[in-house]
Amino acid sequence: MPVSVPDLPAVEFRGVTKRYGSTSAVRDLSFAVARGEFFSLLGPSGCGKTTTLRLLAGFEAADEGEIRLFGEVVNHRRPYERDLAMVFQSYALFPHLSVERNVAFGLEQRKRPAREIRDRVRAALDLVRLDPDVYASRQPSELSGGQRQRVALARALVLEPRVLLLDEPLGALDLKLRKEMQVELKALNQQLGVTFIHVTHDQEEALAMSDRIAVMDQSQLAQLGTPAEIYENPRTAFVADFIGEANFLEGTTAGRQAGTAAGASGWLIAGDAGGFLVPEHPAIVEGGRVRIAVRPEWLDLWRPDSLPVGENGLSATVQDLLYLGETIHVRVLLADGRAMLIALRNEGQLLNPLPWSRGDACVVGWRPEDCQVLEG
Amino acid sequence: MLLAGPGALWLLAFFLVPILILLGYSFMPRGTYGGVEPGITLEHYRRFLDPLYLGILRRTAWLSLLCTLVCLLLAYPTAYVIARSGRWRNLLLFLAVLPFWTSSLVRTYAMIFLLRDSGLINRILMDLGLIVAPLRLLYTEGAVLAGLVYGALPFMILPIYASLEKLDPALLEAAEVLGARPWTRFVRIVWPLTLPGVAAGSLLVFVPSLGSFVVPDLLGGARQMMIGNLIQNQFGPSRNWPFGSAVAFAVMALVLIAMLAVLRVNRPPAGQGGAA
Repeated sequence: MPVSVPDLPAVEFRGVTKRYGSTSAVRDLSFAVARGEFFSLLGPSGCGKTTTLRLLAGFEAADEGEIRLFGEVVNHRRPYERDLAMVFQSYALFPHLSVERNVAFGLEQRKRPAREIRDRVRAALDLVRLDPDVYASRQPSELSGGQRQRVALARALVLEPRVLLLDEPLGALDLKLRKEMQVELKALNQQLGVTFIHVTHDQEEALAMSDRIAVMDQSQLAQLGTPAEIYENPRTAFVADFIGEANFLEGTTAGRQAGTAAGASGWLIAGDAGGFLVPEHPAIVEGGRVRIAVRPEWLDLWRPDSLPVGENGLSATVQDLLYLGETIHVRVLLADGRAMLIALRNEGQLLNPLPWSRGDACVVGWRPEDCQVLEG
Repeated sequence: MLLAGPGALWLLAFFLVPILILLGYSFMPRGTYGGVEPGITLEHYRRFLDPLYLGILRRTAWLSLLCTLVCLLLAYPTAYVIARSGRWRNLLLFLAVLPFWTSSLVRTYAMIFLLRDSGLINRILMDLGLIVAPLRLLYTEGAVLAGLVYGALPFMILPIYASLEKLDPALLEAAEVLGARPWTRFVRIVWPLTLPGVAAGSLLVFVPSLGSFVVPDLLGGARQMMIGNLIQNQFGPSRNWPFGSAVAFAVMALVLIAMLAVLRVNRPPAGQGGAA
């Protein structure tokens, strides 16, 4: 195997397109993943994330573009020639083989000596916290979902791959187990230094585990960034809406505002439900339409005429309240009939009852810098 | 339980009762004009040990085994292609079972037209100048084997198809990404997981072959007699019901052995809870 240059990315897609008949499953996709990175492909079903993973694994062939692993073009290599490991959504454990034989399968294909195989299988089971003495001889049908998932992980990790592909690996687990495995997978990624490419439709999971996330929409890359960048600075309405919850507002630019003591400079926007100030953004032009998103937890509710100076405010009527424990969701109606969602932090409702009830007049307030200006 | 009642009654009346009568006959002396006389004897079973009859039994077992093997070799790739043919799957399955739409008698006679001295195969070969005199195709062991395979093939294709269809494609992808090349994937994953289908198909082919008498009668002639013809003879022209019964029970013993062999294959490995 040629020695790979350290600064080459572990995985690289360059203008990759995959078509099925006249529709493309992946269109002009380009991204690079650094060594040891936990990289998630996130999007709704049919967005192309699974096809991207299958292209990387070698189960599908790209129609255009290059796929590189550590600098080498692998487009024409069979899956077994790519030196990858994969954990499948359904785990795909071989039902007729014991746990030990399942984990040993890849090493047997590599013709490792029996002694080495036995030791490495035990080590891999230890790594995923399955006691080899208890589980090695079991059949997959005798295991719980969580245990199968661990066997699938051991079967992949025992090969000490440079890149591990994970296809919705936690989708079949219950919530508690899923949270537990999220932490473990992340720890394994850091402990082993293996590059993880993870496909999921669960935005919370992607935010919790990933170093970087590629959000995909309609066969294309919608945005690539760290979880914080994606959440706090979504580029498009799709990303803002798909990751977390978002309120959308639209309007036309009505002039510039110079910086004052109370706030920075920005653009005045004439919206359908009232005017507001947004920060400078390259996508904003004089007289053009502007679309912004504001996260529910960045909004606050005020009595009419009590809005702090320097904040944006829109008059509204309280429509309903939803007690969720950690937060209280308040839905309000703006003057133009548009609904907005405000997430108030719960500060102990029994001690500090909310001053709001259905039908109250209020002002929705937020700081201009919390506006997320969207493209397109 | 109640739902199984009618079926159980049916089997009791038309399977268990006659078979008990046959079992009784096989131990009774033969009557002068057919039928049986009171008494108990082992003479019919002893008579079956005659090399002549044992030879027929051996040939029957051999032909049935060969038929099963040929069917397996033909059916497995066919079932494999059908299982992977996407939207053509139902059409191909339909074509595979199409021969069933005509009676087996008609199909067997049709084979005579193909195989006889003035049949289609010989005529084509002679027209092409490849042979000068007709080849002896009909009334050979090969003709019997061809007839048996033809009739039994769908019974092998269907169960193998069913087990291939159930096979999760992700298992093959998992094996591939773990480093298994095509042949290894077949030997280590596909074959073991479709073994129950192969076993079921083998049983469905082997057992009826053992008892077949129409095909060897029409395509094999007198010299290619199978055990089914012998039994038919005893109950028909020879009017020796006790001997016919004894032979029938010897065949049943063979079937039982085959069943036990298949059960061994289909038994889940030790320690495995549910079905794999």
